[in-house]
Amino acid sequence: MSVVTVQLGQCGNQIGQEMFSTIHDDSVGAGQKMYKECSEERFFRVNAAGALVARAVLVDMEPKVISRAIAKASKSGHWTYGDKAHFCQKQGSGNNWANGYCVHGPRHRDAVEDLVRREAERCDRLAGIFAIMSVAGGTGSGVGTYVTQCLRDMYPQSFILNHLTWPYATGEVIVQNYNSVLTLSRLYHLSDALVVHENDTVHKICSQLMNIKNISISDINRVIAHQLGSILQPAVTTDSAPHYCRNALGDLLSSLVCHPEYKLLSLCSIPQMSQTSLAYSAYTWPGLLKHLRQMLIANARMEEGIDWKVCVPLSGEESTANRQMCFNRSLSNLLILRGKDASSADTGGFKDASLYVPWLPPGGTFNTWNSPVPFNGYEKSATLVSNSQSLLKPLDNIVRKAWNMFASRAYIHQYTKFGISEENFLDSFAMLEQIISSYTHL
Amino acid sequence: MEEGVLNEVRQGPLRQLFSTTQLISDVSGSGNNWAVGHHTYGSMYREQIVDQIRRAAEHCDCLQTFFLIHSMGGGTGSGLGTCVLKLLEEEFPEVCRLVTAVYPSSEDDVITSPYNSVLAMRELTEHAHCVFPIENQSLVDIVSQIQHMAHTGKPSAVIKKDCTIISGQGGMSKTQKPFDSMNNIVANLLLNITSSARFEGSLNMDLNEIAMNLVPFPRLHYLVSSLTPLYTLADVNVPTRRLDQMFTDAFSKEFQLMKADPRHSLYLSCALMLRGNVQVSDLRRNIERLRPTLSFVPWNAEGWKVSLCSVPPVGHTHSLLALANNTCVASAFTKLRDRFIKLYRKKAHLHHYMCVEGMETADFSEALHSLSALIDEYSQLHTHTHTHQAPRLNIAT
Repeated sequence: MSVVTVQLGQCGNQIGQEMFSTIHDDSVGAGQKMYKECSEERFFRVNAAGALVARAVLVDMEPKVISRAIAKASKSGHWTYGDKAHFCQKQGSGNNWANGYCVHGPRHRDAVEDLVRREAERCDRLAGIFAIMSVAGGTGSGVGTYVTQCLRDMYPQSFILNHLTWPYATGEVIVQNYNSVLTLSRLYHLSDALVVHENDTVHKICSQLMNIKNISISDINRVIAHQLGSILQPAVTTDSAPHYCRNALGDLLSSLVCHPEYKLLSLCSIPQMSQTSLAYSAYTWPGLLKHLRQMLIANARMEEGIDWKVCVPLSGEESTANRQMCFNRSLSNLLILRGKDASSADTGGFKDASLYVPWLPPGGTFNTWNSPVPFNGYEKSATLVSNSQSLLKPLDNIVRKAWNMFASRAYIHQYTKFGISEENFLDSFAMLEQIISSYTHL
Repeated sequence: MEEGVLNEVRQGPLRQLFSTTQLISDVSGSGNNWAVGHHTYGSMYREQIVDQIRRAAEHCDCLQTFFLIHSMGGGTGSGLGTCVLKLLEEEFPEVCRLVTAVYPSSEDDVITSPYNSVLAMRELTEHAHCVFPIENQSLVDIVSQIQHMAHTGKPSAVIKKDCTIISGQGGMSKTQKPFDSMNNIVANLLLNITSSARFEGSLNMDLNEIAMNLVPFPRLHYLVSSLTPLYTLADVNVPTRRLDQMFTDAFSKEFQLMKADPRHSLYLSCALMLRGNVQVSDLRRNIERLRPTLSFVPWNAEGWKVSLCSVPPVGHTHSLLALANNTCVASAFTKLRDRFIKLYRKKAHLHHYMCVEGMETADFSEALHSLSALIDEYSQLHTHTHTHQAPRLNIAT
């Protein structure tokens, strides 16, 4: 089954190109035939000339980024983007969510829907749609939300997974919080799940774990692409054993999103290090899993600086004590192990019922996938996809800052002139407060 | 409205860039009279101007912005210029209007420049999306700073040839006219603003994003700009310290293109447009370093807009343009208003304006009122400096 990727805006297109690059290199590099075939069927198709073409649609409101992405793909020599698989305009969205959603989205609806439809029809079976975008800008967030809405109307039965990049807390775009609030409130009910990466976290990974001195946006994108590749590449699930699972997105969503109110997914992938250190490191599964479990509990996003003092509360303890200890309660977790002897690793540590909310049946909260193929050069790697409180604090910060700005009505005139009124803002705030409240009271 | 300057363009080294239809002129000029520029020439040349603009606009696949460049002290620039601004708003309401306005310094040789400036300010406040005010005095200071640097003769301080923001002739003409170096600085400002739209980069910023991010309230759209570095030294070693120095300079008052001190006033928002080999980590490090030294409005505590363009300007390895929406412009405008009131109280030179058809005494008082209101709006932001967190929405659980 194949996944159609929709890359939206500058961030979406840049990450998408890195992701395809990572996926292709990984599927070829491992030298395993079944794995390669499964991965290629999922993400690429073969055109008339016999070359690999990514199953992707690139959308942006200005041409520079798309042409760069297409050029980079062709330069690799191994895969390209489809000839007419992109849509761009001459004028950007100006970092204005309202401009993207109310003006550009509807104006170009037919063209974009057409492109996605064509790409979907080329798949033997459509596993689902993977949309990549940022929430801070105008196109990714505004046009991206509108496109997701159209895709939901077009394919009501298909899975739609959105990948969101949250901006640096210290500011990339001044109105980023408004754009984030407007995007998240609408996407929450259109998408099946939201996989989130925060620039701040990935930046720390680059500086502390990978020892990159001058971190560039491409470094950040590469880390994000690595983490996405580790969840989207073929793996063996408990149901599909001993074959690779066919239903990439469906299995992911069914194991993680048990309730429509809880859709925020965060990713933790270890180990993460620079290329030069790879050759000198040896990891064991017990070691990796122990770290990963503590990262989950203490809400640490990377291997350094984990707070080992936080521990799982014993059943029956007061919920206030939990919060004081910063314990991160999960709804569900998915562990993906890739590499040597992955199937023999002991994942019992994650099955502890006190990690999870009491109202879910124990069988549904934890799943493991594994793949014997080492991923992206790492002999053993473990990725945890988690539906938990880990994104609660960043979300709360975004809403708080946006609310403060809204209280003084700054920049609102830029949105009202395109059709987003104060009422719309208030609705969005209310919806996000609801989500924050749901996650807080887990 | 007079032939001299346009003739120079027609015969100058860039004459192939301009066709004769794009040049509109008259004979006698506006006589430093805003009313003549705005009302007399405005009505006389209206159709011709609209026609030419429309023709030029039709050549564009997608029209995004209009750049207006004029001075505030004269007659044609400020008068006819603001008339054209109103015209553009009527004919092309959706297109962004960015104005680069050169404000007169206090020792300006045009006596009626305060009148012209204040009358023009009213139009700018109401009809422009964004204004980049520039003062001649700042430009003079920057030019003398560069020349002083070039002539100190210290061996470590040798400036690389043709690598200052005032060298831009490209070897075309040997003789340098007095305002050339100053104008070069303004040209560099415009180049840097448009660089992200012209070249690729990892974090692009279009022109319409400038107004979107930096203008929180429609009338408060005056942005103080500063360009660094002013020159590149011949020494090829560029350690990171130089990069950080560039950021620090951008916020010191010697590098502002307007006589204002933003460091001691309140920031509403700030944009950093970087060109060249600067990475996200350098940017974040410097923002974290500078943030505590600057005061922002409480509702925009992290009010930074950043853009990274890969192509550096000619002769430099990297450069930074900082655009700040800062309340320090209020003090500059207050000085302008005081000069206006000094003349207006005595009704000096007023008759030159009154005898122009279409001009009324109410225009003067309204313009003064508009400027005072603008200054008040900026000052009011200071009173809300205590951080009061608005109580969050309570939802039924």
